[in-house]
Amino acid sequence: MFKIIHMVVNGKEVEVPVDERESLLETLRNRLGLTSVKKGCEVGECGACTVLVDGEAIDSCIYMTVCAEGKHILTTEGLKGPNGELSPIQKAFVEEAAVQCGFCTPGLIMSAVEIVGTGKRYNREELKKLISGHLCRCTGYENILNAMERIVEETYQVTQRNFAEEKNC
Amino acid sequence: MYDIESVIVASTVDEAIEELVKNPKAEVISGGTDVLIKIREGKMAGCHLVNISNIPELKGIEMDSDGTIIIKAATVFSHITNDDIIKQYIPNLGDAVDQVGGPQIRNMGTIGGNVCNGVTSADSASTLCVLDAKMELKGPEGTRIIPITEWYQGAGKTVRKQNEILTAIRIEKENYEGYHGRYIKYGKRKAMEIATLGCSVMTKLTPDKKAIEKLKIGYGVAGPVPMRCVEAEQMARGKTVSRELLDCICENVLKEVHPRSSWRASKEFRLQLVEEMLRRAFEETVIAGGGNIDV
Repeated sequence: MFKIIHMVVNGKEVEVPVDERESLLETLRNRLGLTSVKKGCEVGECGACTVLVDGEAIDSCIYMTVCAEGKHILTTEGLKGPNGELSPIQKAFVEEAAVQCGFCTPGLIMSAVEIVGTGKRYNREELKKLISGHLCRCTGYENILNAMERIVEETYQVTQRNFAEEKNC
Repeated sequence: MYDIESVIVASTVDEAIEELVKNPKAEVISGGTDVLIKIREGKMAGCHLVNISNIPELKGIEMDSDGTIIIKAATVFSHITNDDIIKQYIPNLGDAVDQVGGPQIRNMGTIGGNVCNGVTSADSASTLCVLDAKMELKGPEGTRIIPITEWYQGAGKTVRKQNEILTAIRIEKENYEGYHGRYIKYGKRKAMEIATLGCSVMTKLTPDKKAIEKLKIGYGVAGPVPMRCVEAEQMARGKTVSRELLDCICENVLKEVHPRSSWRASKEFRLQLVEEMLRRAFEETVIAGGGNIDV
């Protein structure tokens, strides 16, 4: 049976008819053309399909679209700046060469968005745990962790600076 | 596309129960991190689902005026770990559910689903056993409360009827106050792993920190369902904390557990884990409680 689902996808309200048997992964890719969301294992093991639902990273392959009614969805396409520029997280991935084949990258970047969003400072061991829901078969994770460390530290410094400035005001 | 016949997204518990009564073949789905995997494997082809993951009254953690902690059944693992009440009073449960799957799974999977599956390896189960959790079920005939010791009926089977919803898990003050707890999971990997064995220990020391006032030992995968080692617990009560006592506890525990061999591990290895993990967890809870095992 078809159902009409209303979501906010990458900041835009969408109204989309979906088959009730559909996963969010299928809806995002096949109906909305958001192909940064990768179809990997389809059983929630590899993390390639990771998107944010109401700010939290989930595996969209095991998320029923009918449950997304009224939710805010963010994919890598939604990170683009007003003039098409990359987000600081994406830049960190580029600069640290944290990408080889690129299949796991959009999912990892979405987890990074959630991690960085907490504003907390994490060490490498903690970051390993936080990205443990992703499989990368190319890089050995070293450069991915370098990128994560870099962006987490940069964001932390910025938040601390803002906090100090606020205090002085 | 999931191989299902239909799905209804319920917005209240009563609506969900009504749907389950209307269709006696319908099954409950919560976070979906287990059910949708089964569906992907083609094991539930043509099923009817009632989805309860978006029901507001099934979300969140509260404390009653008498100190009972109420965890609503559709609360996801990450929200339990990060909850202030859990962090303050039962951090061992927060730690246990922080070892389920990976971060994305913990943002989706719910504690209610974890116990309604009825599997022995569920990371929350052994800790809920040592917390003597009370399971609140709601069905067409009203609400009933089942102690977790009576919850599991066999591998993959619980007392929950098809038309009932687990609404909350209640943990009474007397079952957490004064205790220190620790859950240890053994798996081949640190993440995305099903427990080869899970051991959960809670220890309450006497006011002088020298003896055991109460000890609770729970296991996952040491039998067909999550279990407690009641005889070992009773034997330890009132005894002075020492290495010799720990040896005795282990001896008793090994008589009570009955793990089996599976492709994940042999029975012999599981028995070794039963003892070793108990030793580590017990020692840690004693130290956390201000005691010392080597005095």
